[in-house]
Parts: sequence; structure tokens; C-alpha cells
Amino acid sequence: MDTLIQQLVNGVTLGSVYAIVALGYTMVYGIVQLINFAHGDVVMIGAMVAYSIIAALVGAHVPLSPLAIVVVATVCSIPVCMVVGYGLERAAYRPLRNAPRLAPLITAIGLSIVLENVALIIWGRSPLPYPQIIDTITYRLTSHPDGATITNVQIAIIGLSIVMMAGLLLLVYRTKIGVAMRATAQNAQVAGLMGIDVNRVISITFVIGSGLAAVAGVMDGTYYGVAHYQMGFILGLKAFTAAVLGGIGNLGGAMLGGLLLGIIEALGAGYVGELTNLCHLSGWSHALALRCVDDPHLALFGSNYQDVFAFVVLILVLVFRPSGLLGERVSDRA
Amino acid sequence: MHAFFDTRRRPALVWIGLALVAAALIALPWALAGIGTAWVRITNLAVLYCFLALGLNIVVGFAGLLDLGYIAFYGVGAYVYALLASPQFGIHLPFWVILPLGALLACIFGMLLGAPTLKLRGDYLAIVTLGFGEIVRIFLNNLSTPFNLTNGPQGISLIDPFRLDGLSFAGTQHVLGHALSSPIKYYYFLVAVLLVVIVVNVRLQNSRIGRAWEAIREDEVAARAMGINTRNMKLLAYAMGASFGGIAGGMFSAMQGFISPESFVLVESIMVLSMVVLGGMGNVFGVVIGALLLSYIPEVLRYTVGPAQQAVFGRTLIDPEVFRMLLFGLALVLMMLFRPAGILPSAVRKRELEQDSADGQ
Repeated sequence: MDTLIQQLVNGVTLGSVYAIVALGYTMVYGIVQLINFAHGDVVMIGAMVAYSIIAALVGAHVPLSPLAIVVVATVCSIPVCMVVGYGLERAAYRPLRNAPRLAPLITAIGLSIVLENVALIIWGRSPLPYPQIIDTITYRLTSHPDGATITNVQIAIIGLSIVMMAGLLLLVYRTKIGVAMRATAQNAQVAGLMGIDVNRVISITFVIGSGLAAVAGVMDGTYYGVAHYQMGFILGLKAFTAAVLGGIGNLGGAMLGGLLLGIIEALGAGYVGELTNLCHLSGWSHALALRCVDDPHLALFGSNYQDVFAFVVLILVLVFRPSGLLGERVSDRA
Repeated sequence: MHAFFDTRRRPALVWIGLALVAAALIALPWALAGIGTAWVRITNLAVLYCFLALGLNIVVGFAGLLDLGYIAFYGVGAYVYALLASPQFGIHLPFWVILPLGALLACIFGMLLGAPTLKLRGDYLAIVTLGFGEIVRIFLNNLSTPFNLTNGPQGISLIDPFRLDGLSFAGTQHVLGHALSSPIKYYYFLVAVLLVVIVVNVRLQNSRIGRAWEAIREDEVAARAMGINTRNMKLLAYAMGASFGGIAGGMFSAMQGFISPESFVLVESIMVLSMVVLGGMGNVFGVVIGALLLSYIPEVLRYTVGPAQQAVFGRTLIDPEVFRMLLFGLALVLMMLFRPAGILPSAVRKRELEQDSADGQ
């Protein structure tokens, strides 16, 4: 029971990060029907910039509390990512808006490679240890002495993502620019006729998504304690999976998909070893029984297969319900 | 291109041309060996990339199905060869048994990928194939426990070279006073296979199957209405593309003598896709040119960027490998922006791109 609760806590934390990144994918996809492959790398840039700022502030012994340092770093990395996101859209995606679908997709892959290698040049090849300046406080969730726990970092990540999601929903459903975004998503041509500057709306969408990505990058870096120039790729892929799971183009779907995917992954990683434990089959083979004496946890699949779950989920969703859990669109458009 | 090969209209010219090309191909490794044996090896790898690009071209260029996990089939072929011809299990089968087996297994994997994705198109297909490629790589990396199949990240070493009738492709023989080194032997073998593959591809393109693929690429619904079994044709495209990858993988294994999951990462898939895109999707000769360009340019850069930086700045500012990838990413973007149909666009593709940009979405 404690394992279950613990994995749920981990899953929700992870899922919150996925959800924030997934929002970036889903907003862009909803408006221009483009998978922004480079979005994961924008997350990475956010994490890296924040890392540099935190390291610099800590190194200079600035008299700020640890929390303030992280907040400053996050606030500084947001505009950097926004500029990157805007630049990507302006230079590479806008000229291809009416090109066949393959062209922007390949461009996006190219941009992802460019961003990764620029980061490699600036920050180097080795994983950067995120300065652990915030003291981790662990709260026990059950009465059991080594039971499930939740840390203050996890609480902060979950809380912050709830706030950001609420803010985004307010923006999209309660403001003028939100109306413009929804109109452009429905029909860009008609939206243009109604006096909406479609190019501006698309740029704003990229900028907002990139801003969210920056925060997600800081969250990911703080949670795992490392930042790496390739961290964006797998994170981006999982976030995309989350967006598809929830129904791409649908904001609520991206949030739901992110949380679900995080939970699926955490539970999968927590239980796959036990489920595929070959020692349950010891009775069938003498050789197996002998090996189980040495290693009672002899499993066919261990938690090192964690990354596979996301892909399996992705394939299953696309095969059985391509429109996602909350989506209405038909996959044939894709 | 086909008019050029029309032997009925210009027989003499074509035969002279072919003879010149053949002579150049035979002489090439000796000329390269003069610069350094490394360049013969690079050429061999370039030819392997030609196989891969041609195989992927069947899926992407002919049938119009974007595949970002193509390198998985290469990996499957490579691992089949490595497991059946190395001390890993102590099995040492001859290469002419393993290569077809590798192609067959890759073909089965291709259909495994194809079957669930038949209904998907465009972006979604790209992501699923990407996921598939990653799954294969993760399995290759982790199938060392509980039963050691792939030896995990350490990879498999001491893989047998090709052996033909007592002639090993590994060592150096002396024939008529010339030293016939290992890369040169592989070179002749690879080029011979490549020529066959090119002929197969050209013939395939204009066959009933090739035209069916083209119809599916242009408009799947219309193709089905015309009586094409789109399901089988798409599966066939995956299967054929994958088996080319499988054969290439087997040859890679034998040539290198060592493989690890590191060789079958996503960047490689993207590299092969870029070769297809750069050369011109659907154009067999364009794809070969694309593959050769993207194989050679990075190597040339490797030898020039480092020294050039030394000369200008006095130290190496940017690692040549990073520089190569950076240029490669930029090339993808610029290519799509300025010449989306590739260096040698296929006629149909070109028309389609022009039309598409005229129509808008």
C-alpha cells in the first residue's frame, strides 16, 4: 500500500511536469497543426539558463534566500525561452506555414538538433549537477515509519503547475487574446477576416508555450538534480505522448494526459519488476529455481524499461483512440 | 534519368558511359587507399548509408509514409548477424545464411511496426515510428538480464568477417603484387550489392507495385477506390524498406566486427531521413547522391574544421563533431526553407510541392 501511495506521489509530480510541457505542444498543434519537435529542447534551454543563473548567484554569495534564488533564475529563464520560441516560429515555421506537412516536421527536427548542439557548445557535454540549495523537507504521508513520503520540492512542483494551468485556462477562456487564439485554432482564415492578426496570435502561442517550457525545465532540473543538453528530447517525446493521450489540441486533455502518463510511468516502473518476476515460475524449471536462490528479484523487465511505457501508451492510444481521451478531432487530419 | 538509360535510342553513348563508371568504381578504392585506408572505410560506410537511404526511400519516398525509427531495422539486421556469427553464443554461420535471415527478421519487424500504424498518417505516424525505434534501442540496451541476449550497452565484439570459400574478408591478401586489404574487399562486395539494389529500386519504382505506392502517397482514398489493396501495399512498403535495412545492418556488423546499441540511436534515423530528403524523396539517384554527400561532408569537416580553428584562433573552440551536427541541423532547416524537393527532385514530388504551395493548405 505504501509503495502504491509513494508511486502515485512520484507519478503526479512527474505528470505535472509532463502536463506543463504538453500544454506547449498542444497549444501549437491546436493552432497550426504542427508538432513542434524543438519544444522539448526549449525546456532544456530553460533548465540550462536557470542552472547558470543559480550557479552564478550561489557562487557570488548573493544575500538571497535559496527560494528567492530559484525564483530569480526561473523568472530570468522565462524570457530567454520566449525569445527562443519566438525566433523558431519566426525564422523556421512561419515561412513553411503553407508547405506540405513533411516540410515543417523536418524543419522542426533540424531545429531540435541545432538547439541541442548550441547548448552543447555553451554548457558542455557532461550532465550539470543542479545546485541543491533548497533543503529538502520530507513529510510522511502514512503512519508507517518507512512509509510513503512527499517532499517540499514535490509539493512545490505540483502546486506551481496547478497555478500555471489555471492561469493558462483563464488566459485562453477569459481574455481577448484567448478568444483570438481559439478563433485561429478553429479557422485561421475566417479569424483573419474577423480582424484578428493571425501571425501575431501564432507568435503569442509559441511565446506562451515557451514560457511554460522554461518553468517546466526548472522543475525538471530541480526534481532530478541534473540538467543535460539532451534532456529535452525524451521529456519532449513523453510530453507529446501526454498531449496525444489527452487529445491533442485540447488544453484540459494535455493536463489530464500529463498526469495520467506520469502515474502510468511511476506505477509501471514500481511494479513491472514484481509483475515479471521470473521466480514465480521457479517450479517450472530447476535452473531457474537455482538462479532465484541467488537473486530473488530476477525479473524479465526491470525499472530500466521505464521509458518504454510512454511509447507503448502512445502506440496504444494512436491505434485504439487516435483522438485521445478528450479530443474530438479525427486523426485523418494529421 | 530514364531517358539517359534508354539503350535503344543511344546505345553507344550509354555503354561508353557505363564502362567509364564501372572503371571509376573499380579504380576508386586504390585511389582512396593512396590518401589513406581510412577513406576506403569511410566509402564503405557511405555505401551502407546508400542502402539505408534507398530502403527508407521505399517507405518515405515511394509510399509517402514518414518513418523516424528506420534505424531499428538496421539494428535488428546487425544484431542478427552479430548473434549468429560471434563467440556470444558460439554460433558461427556463414554470411550468406545470416544476411537473408537478418533481412527476414527485419521484414517481420517492419510488418510489426506497419500493422498497428496503417490508419495513421503524417505527424502521428512519424511519432509512433520514432517511439518504435526507441523501444528497439531500449530493448537492445537492456536484454542482458536476466538472460544475456544482446550483452547490453557493452555490445557484441569479435564478430566474424565475411568468409567466402576460405577467403576471409578480414585480413590482407596479395593478389598479383597488390595488397588487397580488408576494406577494399568489402568495398567491391558492397558496391556490387549496391548496384543490384539500385537496379531493383529503379525497376520497382515503375512496376505495378511502385505505381500503387505512388497512388497511395498521392491520395489514399482514391487509390483504394481504384482497387489498390492499400493495406497490403503499405505493409509491403514497410517490409521491403525494413529488409533493405536488415541486410545493411548485417554487412555493418561484419565490417565493423563490433556493434553496440550506440550505433542505432535516433540521430541515425534522422540522418538517413535527411539523406532521403536532401537527395530528393522518391528519386533513386537523388537519394544515392544525398547519402554520399551526407556521409562524406562530415568526414571532410572532421579533417578540416579542427585544423582550421587551430590556425585561426590558436585552439579548438568548437569540437568538430558538434560543428558537424550543428551544420547538419541547419542544413535540414535551410533545405526545407529553400529547396524542399531535394537536390534531384523526383518529377512527381516536384509537381506536388509546387501545387501544394499554390493551393495553400
